[in-house]
Amino acid sequence: MYLVLAVVIGTLFTVGLYMMMRRSLTKVLIGLMLLAQAINLLIFTTGRLRRASPPLIPADALELSGPVADPLPQALILTAIVISFGVTAFALVLARQTYLIVGTNDMDTLRETDLQPQYHPEQHPAEED
Amino acid sequence: MEPLLLPLLVPFLFLILTLLGRKVPIFQRGLAVAGSFTLLVVTVYLLADVARHGIRSTQIGNWPAPFGITLVADLTSAVMLAITGVLAFLVSIYTLQGIDERQVQHGFYSLFFGLLMGVCGAFSTGDIFNLYVWFEVMLMASFVLMALGGERAQLEGAIKYVILNLMASGLFLSATGILYSVVGTLNMADLSIRLRLVASPDLVTVVAILFLVAFGIKSAAFPLFFWLPASYPTPPVAVTALFSGMLSKVGVYSMMRVFTLLFVSDIAFTHTILLIMAGFTMVTGVLGAAAQYDIRRLLSFHIISQIGYMLMGLGLFSQASLAGTIFFIAHVIASKASLFLIAGIIHRITGSYDLRRIGGLYRTQPGLAFLFLIPALALAGLPPLSGFFGKLALVQAGLGLDQYTIVAVSLVVSLLTLFSMMKIWNEGFLKPSPPDAPPHQPAEGLKFMLIAPAVVLAVVPIVMGFAPGPIYRLAEQAAAQLLNPDGYIAAVIGSLR
Repeated sequence: MYLVLAVVIGTLFTVGLYMMMRRSLTKVLIGLMLLAQAINLLIFTTGRLRRASPPLIPADALELSGPVADPLPQALILTAIVISFGVTAFALVLARQTYLIVGTNDMDTLRETDLQPQYHPEQHPAEED
Repeated sequence: MEPLLLPLLVPFLFLILTLLGRKVPIFQRGLAVAGSFTLLVVTVYLLADVARHGIRSTQIGNWPAPFGITLVADLTSAVMLAITGVLAFLVSIYTLQGIDERQVQHGFYSLFFGLLMGVCGAFSTGDIFNLYVWFEVMLMASFVLMALGGERAQLEGAIKYVILNLMASGLFLSATGILYSVVGTLNMADLSIRLRLVASPDLVTVVAILFLVAFGIKSAAFPLFFWLPASYPTPPVAVTALFSGMLSKVGVYSMMRVFTLLFVSDIAFTHTILLIMAGFTMVTGVLGAAAQYDIRRLLSFHIISQIGYMLMGLGLFSQASLAGTIFFIAHVIASKASLFLIAGIIHRITGSYDLRRIGGLYRTQPGLAFLFLIPALALAGLPPLSGFFGKLALVQAGLGLDQYTIVAVSLVVSLLTLFSMMKIWNEGFLKPSPPDAPPHQPAEGLKFMLIAPAVVLAVVPIVMGFAPGPIYRLAEQAAAQLLNPDGYIAAVIGSLR
């Protein structure tokens, strides 16, 4: 079971990271979502898998008997799912808004803030002609 | 009430209040000043309390320590919280003029308090997963603050900022999950005890590096900083000042926390990487800054360079160097925020952030020129201003540990910092105004609400420079607490027993 999950997690990470390096903003976001799923599964798996042994104290006992599943990783995943839901919703809206304003979905053209603003004083007087 | 809860509850309360009065800007602006002033009072009170009575901790919901969520403030946390309070109050005054009514109606102040809540939570939590949650609270607010306004550059900057920070959050979360599987606890004090006994130290080092990369992205360290100069210059300058003071410093704080409390088993490896990162961060940041003509971009590259100094203190890992880092953080937050606010004033007077389009400010606004010089020279590290003592502490700590390379790098970077500050001075203030530049409009920029916060922030480097003693002693105590986690552990684990 660990092996299967390890392969699934590895595949999800690979596909997610590959998608994040694509030029299309939509694909980048899909990559982010896949990554979030990969991380959730990672936490689930590293929290140890144990079948059908919930951490419940039997009615006639005062404490747990024998090994039980750890409930904490699932609580962490639940929190992480809620957070990634909110963040993904925001990222989708942001991507849509960017597409509407900039008119492109191509990450390679979103370079305005990386470049030095253009300004050539010697060309400037041309405007006064 | 437990004073540790107040830095979280105050922003939360005002977040709700500002949401209630969404359509009434004057009401919101009043709440912003009142709320951030209350935050200032409670954080300073908490700092005084922690300085007098030692580390303070509380358990949320009264679950005993390693099981519930712990809030804990040692001196480092308390100092960071107090700085947050001061900066929030001053920036909130600046926003009275600096943020227009449309942005207020779109929930600017609700996001402002959301950001503060996230930052305060990150500074005061004692649980590594809870730290992740506070990071997300803070990021969510900062995402919207950055994009609020919807200009093209803002959206582009926000896209890069959002994607890279989500990537970092993902790494942080993965590292937390793996750490839990190795150690079986999430409480940082408990982690600190159990990590000393872990059977597989190599796996711990791997997790440490995952944390290093995650926090490296968040604090904009080399080679993970590229999102910062692309995104920080785009929102209104008050937001940039707040981000520069808070967001990347939360990343640095988290690094300080995990690399003093948790991952100290293989210092020769992890902290050497930190030192190398620190050196490259300083150099690339300042070289990037020297090439810029937009004041905001220039200052944004400087943020990166200053992060390098903070990491240097952490990488050297001695009491003197950590004290230097804490002193340096306080100095940089004040100086940098002041410079950003002044950049905003310059923009209002000259109509541009581009150094090639502005000039002659020394002739028309000598007061503003003088005001600019104080934080600029403090950043460059000229005595007797605060930057000199911060760098002196770091350099002395480096020399004491025979780390001559990083000391040499830090001194050269200081000179380059001076050079890039003089670039703003020469181009913006001394050079005559370019012929095609619009006439200066001093009435636009020289408003009390804009000038006063910048002046108060510029006074900080002077005070810290002429009386470094008390602040440095406080930083030294904080560093001593960081280096001896036993006090921290006792305060958290022992607080209910």
